[in-house]
Amino acid sequence: MATVEDQLPPGEDPALLQEEVHDPRRRDFINIAAVSFAGVGAVAIVLPLINQMSPSADVLAASSTELDISKIEPGQAIKSTFRKQPLFVRNLTPAEMSAANAVAVGSLRDPQTLAERTKDGKNNWLVTLGVCTHLGCIPLGAAEGENKGPFGGYFCPCHGSAYDTAGRIRQGPAPKNLEVPPYTFNSDTVITVG
Amino acid sequence: MSFPWAKHYEPKQPLMRWLDEKLPLPRLVYNAVGAGYPVPRNLNYFWNFGVLAGLALTLQIVTGVTLAMHYAANGAVAFGSVESIMRDVNAGWFLRYAHANGASMFLLVVYIHIARGLYYGSYKAPREMVWLLGVVIFLLMMATAFMGYVLPWGQMSFWGAQVITGFFSAIPLVGESIRIWLLGGYAPDNAALNRFFSLHYLLPFVTAGVIIMHIWALHIPGSNNPTGVDVKSEADTVPFHPYYTAKDGVGVGVFMLVFAAFIFFAPNMLGHPDNYIEANPLSTPAHIVPEWYFLPFYAILKSFTADFILPAKLWGVLAMFGSILLLFFLPWLDTSPVRSANFRPRYRAFLVALLVDVLILGYVGGAEANARNVVMGQLASAYYFLHFLVILPLVSRSERPRPLPMSITQAVLDKHAGTSPAKTAMA
Repeated sequence: MATVEDQLPPGEDPALLQEEVHDPRRRDFINIAAVSFAGVGAVAIVLPLINQMSPSADVLAASSTELDISKIEPGQAIKSTFRKQPLFVRNLTPAEMSAANAVAVGSLRDPQTLAERTKDGKNNWLVTLGVCTHLGCIPLGAAEGENKGPFGGYFCPCHGSAYDTAGRIRQGPAPKNLEVPPYTFNSDTVITVG
Repeated sequence: MSFPWAKHYEPKQPLMRWLDEKLPLPRLVYNAVGAGYPVPRNLNYFWNFGVLAGLALTLQIVTGVTLAMHYAANGAVAFGSVESIMRDVNAGWFLRYAHANGASMFLLVVYIHIARGLYYGSYKAPREMVWLLGVVIFLLMMATAFMGYVLPWGQMSFWGAQVITGFFSAIPLVGESIRIWLLGGYAPDNAALNRFFSLHYLLPFVTAGVIIMHIWALHIPGSNNPTGVDVKSEADTVPFHPYYTAKDGVGVGVFMLVFAAFIFFAPNMLGHPDNYIEANPLSTPAHIVPEWYFLPFYAILKSFTADFILPAKLWGVLAMFGSILLLFFLPWLDTSPVRSANFRPRYRAFLVALLVDVLILGYVGGAEANARNVVMGQLASAYYFLHFLVILPLVSRSERPRPLPMSITQAVLDKHAGTSPAKTAMA
């Protein structure tokens, strides 16, 4: 059986110690305080070690792209890049817009209207990332002759996700619509993404 | 840590005695893989695969360290540096083919090693910790293999990185932030390539550390054996050296023949031609598949095609990770006290079914995602979980095992009837 006396360092007076016993003991308090102090220091060191993995300043600086869209005819699309990811800019035909508007929003996996995914008065310009929301492949359908899938928008060849003419997920494993990045119209023919 | 009849290390040379007093390293080797470690006398060739896995890791570290002397982990030049290793560096083609095929050999022997453990019940008490550490090693290997595959910065490298880091974006709320943090950007790029190289160099040494613990934990109860019966006397064991160093030597020879056949005659058989095209962030290859050793897990990932409470994508990722994490619970899912499947007819039949199931998953993982393959993958994925979570516990309870031999020696003598002293005496 261990007793307080067994744990005494050599030369220490047991009577002195017994007077000092309260909870927590002075020695426990110093122990906890010292370890806590070291713990706070360790956390302070770990934070930069974790944060160094976040996107660096030069990666973040490349996060705004200006695009001339004057050459895109209705029914056509272009591929560009935004933050090193593919970006689709598509000029929808009236038929494609009415097809997108004809869908009951409530029936969608990620309910959004075409108007919510485009800018007011410029509903024909569909600007989305070309990154499938399933596992990040590039969907087909932006270039001439590519498979646009069963809903006439985009089709991801990796795992068969199909997007409609508003870039909304309609079929397959992807959980969300193609992401619409933040962008503004500088003029009728130039947009700035990011 | 060993049986009482284990031989003791007694250095005779003065130099070895001097060394033993200062740093008993030869003593450690003697007791771990030398004459001081008694091992069941009836181990078959399936017991070679642990040593072969250790050999494969050593070869990967040697070829990897030398390749790192010529490789440059920068998105602009990584692909070119690998091509320069292939064309310009002296024996570079050999080192790279050895390293690329060495990864396949490593996973191959580890899969056989795991199957051995499943068949002979090596995961059961008292070897649960050996099994748990083994699953940790398997996870480390998978992470290392994935990051190594990214380094050549070909099309499959890039899109593999995109898809695999995409798993993390399935986590609700914080997933996308975690993915961006892991990549150091919004898509795989220089930052991701550099950190993958750093970790790909680090993790094999972490793996080696866990392997030391794996062997340490193994040497407390000692090796299992094909009967699954505990060692009872000195007659049941032989010293590791020279008996199993010699037997493992045969396995090493066969391993090297197969390895050499891949390196020299079919170095790209297990790879994908698309990885000889430099990474292009704006073009996804038509058919993305992982390396062969990940195909069964990839099939499980692909099996979830419709939302059910949670999004299909999250289900896929959870099921894929779950299929491996499930192995951590195996020692407690199988409650049968009999270890070896040789004495468990029903368990053996279901284990063969599981093996076939995993092979089907492997096929589906690499095949095109058409309607037939998707349904086949879904059934095979369901059966995988059914085996571990339902069939295994039920079989353990209901099965009537065949009678076990009295001892390892008894089993050996019964098998080789002619050499039994009793029978020789009768004759």
